[in-house]
Amino acid sequence: MGAVAAKLEKKQFQHGDVIMEVRNLTKYFPVRLSFIQSLRTDDPPVLKAVDDVSFDVYKGEVLGIVGESGCGKTTLARTILRLTDATSGAVALEDVDIMKLNPLEMKNLRRKMQVIFQDPYESMNPRMDVQTIISEPLRIQGLARTVHEARDVVSSVLADVEMIPPEEYMSRYPHELSGGQRQRVAVARALALDPDFIVADEPVSMLDVSIRGEVLNLMLNLSREKGVTFVYITHDLATARHICDRIAVMYLGKIVEMGTAEEVIRNPLHPYTTALIGAVFVPDPTHRGISEVLKGEIPSPVNPPSGCHLHPRCPYTMDICREAEPEFLLYEGTHQAACHRAKKARG
Amino acid sequence: MALLEVRDLKMYYRTLRGHVRAVDSVSFDIERGKALGIAGESGCGKSSMAAAVLRLLPANGEYHGGTIVMDGEDVLHMPEEKFRQNVRWSKMSMVFQGAMNALNPVHRVGEQIVEAILQHEEIPREKAVERAEGLLDLVGINPKRFGEYPHEFSGGMKQRAVIAMSLACHPSLIIADEPTTALDVMVQAQILKAMAELRAELALSMMLITHDLSVIAQTCDSIAVMYAGKIVEYGSVYDVYGNPVHPYAMGLVESFPNIHAERSAVRSLPGFPPNLLAPPPGCRFHPRCPLADEECMTEEPVLREVAKPGHMAACHKAEIVQQGVGIWER
Ligand SMILES: Nc1ncnc2c1ncn2[C@@H]1O[C@H](COP(=O)(O)OP(=O)(O)OP(=O)(O)O)[C@@H](O)[C@H]1O
Ligand SMILES: Nc1ncnc2c1ncn2[C@@H]1O[C@H](COP(=O)(O)OP(=O)(O)OP(=O)(O)O)[C@@H](O)[C@H]1O
Ligand code: SF4
Ligand code: SF4
Ligand SMILES: [Mg+2]
Ligand SMILES: [Mg+2]
Repeated sequence: MGAVAAKLEKKQFQHGDVIMEVRNLTKYFPVRLSFIQSLRTDDPPVLKAVDDVSFDVYKGEVLGIVGESGCGKTTLARTILRLTDATSGAVALEDVDIMKLNPLEMKNLRRKMQVIFQDPYESMNPRMDVQTIISEPLRIQGLARTVHEARDVVSSVLADVEMIPPEEYMSRYPHELSGGQRQRVAVARALALDPDFIVADEPVSMLDVSIRGEVLNLMLNLSREKGVTFVYITHDLATARHICDRIAVMYLGKIVEMGTAEEVIRNPLHPYTTALIGAVFVPDPTHRGISEVLKGEIPSPVNPPSGCHLHPRCPYTMDICREAEPEFLLYEGTHQAACHRAKKARG
Repeated sequence: MALLEVRDLKMYYRTLRGHVRAVDSVSFDIERGKALGIAGESGCGKSSMAAAVLRLLPANGEYHGGTIVMDGEDVLHMPEEKFRQNVRWSKMSMVFQGAMNALNPVHRVGEQIVEAILQHEEIPREKAVERAEGLLDLVGINPKRFGEYPHEFSGGMKQRAVIAMSLACHPSLIIADEPTTALDVMVQAQILKAMAELRAELALSMMLITHDLSVIAQTCDSIAVMYAGKIVEYGSVYDVYGNPVHPYAMGLVESFPNIHAERSAVRSLPGFPPNLLAPPPGCRFHPRCPLADEECMTEEPVLREVAKPGHMAACHKAEIVQQGVGIWER
């Protein structure tokens, strides 16, 4: 048994334990300059996609990450899974610092953490049938040599995602499945290695809520019944409120507010969260009214505004907001936020 | 008389395996200045219906009957030339699904709007430029950006530009297919707000196609719920959201997440929509319907008034559903 495996065996993580610790995580991308531009600058600009982010993930929870397009959600997901290397900061999964693992150790750890890119139309090879798609991670990990050897696992994960009887679906191709079924296959594939930790990244273009509902319910059941931990990345705050135990709100590479779904939605502390909630439409014609929407669009993460990144769009900007970056502070319960106004209100 | 009256419209796609009955005997009205929302699962025929109304069928699309009357005039059977001259873009215009990607990348945004105007109206160029600038302003884009290229615009701005273009010839009806689906909530709210203001200002009618029931609830007067090529429930948004009488519409309304509702499990309708090459006999919804019985499997229900004048549903058991029994409770 390798060192990592030995370490992973040591502690049994219980529901509610901290399963992942993210500390001061940062991911910068270089900004491409023209040759002339690069001669003129000693300090080349960077795009701060994830900027000094810290949080814990608890075992068995569904943690939602919400925010506008381009705020860094996918980059955060890729970095905590080490699908891309961080610029700085630390990520520990079950007390193992994943930034320090060598490639072999990392490959072993991959069994524990999986990602679902929830775009059933793009993330699936149209020439592979369902059993080939689902057994792929098993074959990569060397746990099965052929599709046939993986049959039992494929069958059981298809049952887990309620595609019953599994034999009915195993040799179908993606175009022979509905959108919802394709999503289930994507989930089944992620489950094949029996992971403890799954990141589900949902694109904006994800159309049909009625299809999406199926997969969300499934996620919820798996987290409740098997103690699987989910990080659910979405634009849809309305669904996040019902699915997630906790919600983190991101703006320009930073988490600006975090807490239980109830804390964040019922009592938002950060003006950005308030605006996001206000922009969500209610499916009820007797409660009409689109509340005041934030001005303008999300600024470039290359040259983000000084102080609080929201200050050019915030309806409550004070002088200090332009000068100093607000600290990410704990308020009541587990509710955290980074806003000078919230801090002042607390006194 | 309504601005647009569609009756028994049928539009099928010819394929090697037979006819895809994407729009199958559909009837509805759009009143002057009012907005009708079209809802339903992916693939139920929403975009096909829009294409059929605009007479923009793909090569394998065919009409199999019905009428489309606008302003008292049969626009389905008039010669194409006349339709293009007098109706499309000038009376009814369209914002296509994914339209923001349809702007021509090598032409300046403002010029594309000017072109749209000049194609339909013989007015001096300067007048067209003036109008294009006015339209940009109307949708909340600074007219100074007239000369920029599409890649210099964000997704939300491109979508606004496409909306401005659809208004170029002062239409009385705008057909918008998923106009904000690929956009962020914040941008979506900005655009829908702008559209609502525009509609009020210009007394525009709208047909708004979306899978998003919350968008229809906030912006439309009435709603048609489609299932497998047919309208299964139709009425004012107050009636349909408040008291849905078709099991499918009820399921959709009940399972749509509401951010302000008590926290609860996200629900979904079991099963999936039928293949439109060979839809199920009787009621097309019967394989998924908890109330389905013998009659449902053989007799096709017709769209009829239930409960209230103007509130229609195509269901044999609408009277039972109407009583509000929780047929979807599990
Ligand atoms: N490989 C890359 N190279 C350079 N910049 C990148 C790269 N990947 C992402 N970015 C930039 O980092 C920022 C964050 O992108 P990211 O994809 O994480 O956003 P997101 O929140 O997932 O957006 P969406 O909701 O649209 O999926 C964006 O400005 C993006 O352009
Ligand atoms: N050119 C075509 N030839 C054959 N079938 C087609 C064609 N275009 C669409 N269809 C089929 O017609 C049906 C209705 O498609 P349509 O695009 O109208 O659905 P929709 O309700 O707009 O869906 P979405 O919400 O995904 O946009 C689908 O079953 C689709 O596969
Ligand atoms: S710190 Fe200031 S600018 Fe930032 S959100 Fe709070 S009040 Fe607004
Ligand atoms: S007609 Fe029958 S099967 Fe169709 S929706 Fe009504 S009850 Fe259900
Ligand atoms: Mg993303
Ligand atoms: Mg469509």
